Amino acid sequence: MKTLKIEELSKNFGTTEVLRKINLEIDEGNFLVLLGPSGCGKSTLLNIIAGLETINEGNVFIDDYNVSKVEPKDRNIAMVFQSYALYPSMNVKENMIFGLKQAKTSKEKIEEQLQKVSTFLQVDKLLERKPSQLSGGQRQRVAIGRALVREPRIFLFDEPLSNLDAKLRVEMRREIKKLHQQLKTTVVYVTHDQTEAMSLGTKIAIMNHGVIQQNDTPEIIYNKPSNTFVADFIGSPSMNLIKGKIIQNSNNISFIAEGSTFEVPINNYDFKEKSDLNNKEIYFGIRPEHIYFKKLNEDDFDINLRADLSEYIGHEQIVTLDYSNQEILAKFPSTIKIELEKEMKLYFDLKHTSLFDFNTKERL
Amino acid sequence: MAFFFKSKLNILMFKWLEKNLPKIVMAPAVGLIGWFVYGFVLWTLYISFTNSKILPKYELWGFGQYEKLWASRKWLISVDNLLVFTALFLIFCIVIGIILAIFLDQKIRAEGVLRTIYLYPMALSFIVTGTAWKWILNPTLGIQKMFIDWGFENFTFDWLVNREMAIYTIVIAGVWQSAGFVMALFLAGLRSVEDEIVKAAKIDGAGLFTVYWKILLPMMRPVFFTSFVILVHISIKSYDLIVALTQGGPGISTTMPALFMTQAAFHKSQVGLSAASAMMMFMAVAAVIIPYLYSELRRENAR
Amino acid sequence: MQDNLQSSSYKELEQKSKYTNMFLRWFLYFVLILFASYFIFPLYVMVVTSLKTMEEIRQGTLLTWPSSLNFDSWLVAWGGRGYGAGDTFLRPYFWNSIKMVVPAVFFSTFIGAMTGYVLTKWRFKGDQWVFLFLLFGCFIPFQAILLPMARTLGTLGISNSVVGLVLVHTVYGIPFTTLFFRNYYISVPTELVKAARIDGAGFFKIFFKILLPISAPIIVVTVIWQFTQIWNDFLFGSTFSFGEAAPIQVALNNMVLSSTSVKEYNVDMASAIIAGIPTLIVYVLAGKYFIRGLTSGAVKG
Repeated sequence: MKTLKIEELSKNFGTTEVLRKINLEIDEGNFLVLLGPSGCGKSTLLNIIAGLETINEGNVFIDDYNVSKVEPKDRNIAMVFQSYALYPSMNVKENMIFGLKQAKTSKEKIEEQLQKVSTFLQVDKLLERKPSQLSGGQRQRVAIGRALVREPRIFLFDEPLSNLDAKLRVEMRREIKKLHQQLKTTVVYVTHDQTEAMSLGTKIAIMNHGVIQQNDTPEIIYNKPSNTFVADFIGSPSMNLIKGKIIQNSNNISFIAEGSTFEVPINNYDFKEKSDLNNKEIYFGIRPEHIYFKKLNEDDFDINLRADLSEYIGHEQIVTLDYSNQEILAKFPSTIKIELEKEMKLYFDLKHTSLFDFNTKERL
Repeated sequence: MAFFFKSKLNILMFKWLEKNLPKIVMAPAVGLIGWFVYGFVLWTLYISFTNSKILPKYELWGFGQYEKLWASRKWLISVDNLLVFTALFLIFCIVIGIILAIFLDQKIRAEGVLRTIYLYPMALSFIVTGTAWKWILNPTLGIQKMFIDWGFENFTFDWLVNREMAIYTIVIAGVWQSAGFVMALFLAGLRSVEDEIVKAAKIDGAGLFTVYWKILLPMMRPVFFTSFVILVHISIKSYDLIVALTQGGPGISTTMPALFMTQAAFHKSQVGLSAASAMMMFMAVAAVIIPYLYSELRRENAR
Repeated sequence: MQDNLQSSSYKELEQKSKYTNMFLRWFLYFVLILFASYFIFPLYVMVVTSLKTMEEIRQGTLLTWPSSLNFDSWLVAWGGRGYGAGDTFLRPYFWNSIKMVVPAVFFSTFIGAMTGYVLTKWRFKGDQWVFLFLLFGCFIPFQAILLPMARTLGTLGISNSVVGLVLVHTVYGIPFTTLFFRNYYISVPTELVKAARIDGAGFFKIFFKILLPISAPIIVVTVIWQFTQIWNDFLFGSTFSFGEAAPIQVALNNMVLSSTSVKEYNVDMASAIIAGIPTLIVYVLAGKYFIRGLTSGAVKG
């Protein structure tokens, strides 16, 4: 039984198609992140799961029950919002038990839940305060508490960290991860920040233009992006995509960058289809952190490239290299001295490359 | 040599002008208000302590006018009417205003048209309003006749000429004029609430009524205060409407402080008494406005 | 928690909410239309009554539609019957109001704009107090200044004149116009002014070349507000003028109150409509600015 299942879901706002035939499943205890740029439909999808938006086509199932037409309050879900949406005229305690009171829960049960959750989140000393008297981090904990207290089947988070400053964001991110590990709840979490997604999620569904681009674990998404959008969206700096084509003859498959004659062997690449590769135009994808300044692995392939720029960011530096008039980036420790305007010997980690069809942008 | 000094003087003058220009530009406004508002109020205050009749006299007479004022039956009726009117005016305007605002907040199809209809009375003068309602409430040809012609033979609606009920006709006309304003304020207030709060309430299981009653309306406290202050202010100043609708009658049963003041000064030649009544009105307004302004400025500074 | 996810109870949930929703929707529209009738009713009555003859009025009710659209009362209300001195009609007083409103609106708006500009872009110690000082003028009951003003106008020789009324309305409009412009200019970033000063622009240049061009919204709001207030005024008009210099609301009231002959309700209604049309037209055309003025002036205090 899947805790959440979404089947062929479509949603339009007027003539704009916001979600197109979405299919999604989550098992219990999973932390699914809906990741994507603004306008990709992730918040709409979350609102549909919550029951705050109507569906045009398709179904939503929670614990195998079709909840597509059920009111939010009867779906056994709880939501934490970007602005926390705490009721300003009520104090923390009233905010947290409001949902329970609406559901006509017994007084004893309410007290019990309140005690449990407020001590767990360390907001028990704040119960009498109003939201305006709380700090950002405290408000978020109260918002989470309001959700926890109802013991829902699924927790929904709508970009809860976007309003915080960078430092607080990292702290709260860690708290959310700890919470999930302790409580083992099922979570659907929306964000546009890929670092957040990678660190928090057990599964990530990357969306663009209302379509799920890839739905996998963070490791697979990082190492085997299914198209150029995903490859470019994940990673900071994102994956280098070098234009060129494949040369295939009887014993060798190689990649030649546009405007270059240099052949990069890609024989050991895990192609889905090994036929029809010759002269295929592709993107050769390699992450900046997989370009080395000295040989680390057996299969690392050496190549000479000219370094044009180096940006120091603390313990690392981002070096801009010229590969046949295409700009690519590499990440090196900042202790390495880079001579600019000169060619240096570099090593491509061929075990961590991705190849994409130039036209369809799909992974080969 | 003279030329040198003259141009130096010009430059100095120019510099002085530049530095003080802002203050100079502000002078007209400050000066006019200082004289015509503060100065005049002080003059009226002074006169209220004299025994002026037709013309102002400047010898002080102590609190004589105030004693006369509060011994005057007409004044007591005015104050009583003001209290009754203000209470009803407030209650009806706010209740109707809130109801209309909440209903209009429900994504109504003809919202724009309805809003225009509820608010247009504010564009009319109190004289126009009074004239229209005077006709509607006409004892023989107005509402009474309408219901009688519809078959309710024993229907009477002669409030306008009834000493006990006339004050309520003023409430009807006044609420008609001002309820839309309260609605506009509350609608703006409701719309300024971010919709995540309503979403959270829906997830928490609150029905529509609960959302408004327990969450949104409590958030509207500032709007309540603003409406209260403005409505009380309008009420204390009521003059035009009374003149047009009842002229303070029948007899003096609907007279109000503003009417009392004008009649005392220009019809009864009791300038000192009139000034005293004007100062009473002034103090009543101040009692409401000053705390309001104080709390508003404190809020603005705290941000 | 609750085990309410039974599939059968879903159907009940769905159906119940559909019916209650429909009922609520109908109730909603019913109440809104009920109130709309309360608000429209007087306007309807005014128009319809003004188009009837006195015979029809006596025979029918408030709501009866006129048998024909008879504009006679309008003509009488506007231009009179031409009988002679005893006849009051609106035309001259309409023009009095126009002659009064236009200068008063212009001067009060201009002074308010300049004062709001100084208070927000040329800050100085105590400018908050100056603003408060001016703001107070919005709230005073005018009864507290009627007496001295009457004397002053007399001394200046402009009592019972349009000029006197222009002065009165300009002065007592200043607190409001200053409030509007000050609240508007305060949200204009000071960087604009600073950049202009670095470029060498002086006090007036900054106002006319930088602030004024972006002031269109607030100018509209202020002008509409002032126009409505001044056109609709009765207190000042009736206290400081009588007879020939009276503005239209005073004339209207006089016409309605005169008990010289048989009451002509249709003429009364026509007069009321004529007196109310200018502000009503402004409201219909530029209503949202009107409302903006009401709500922003009020909410921001």
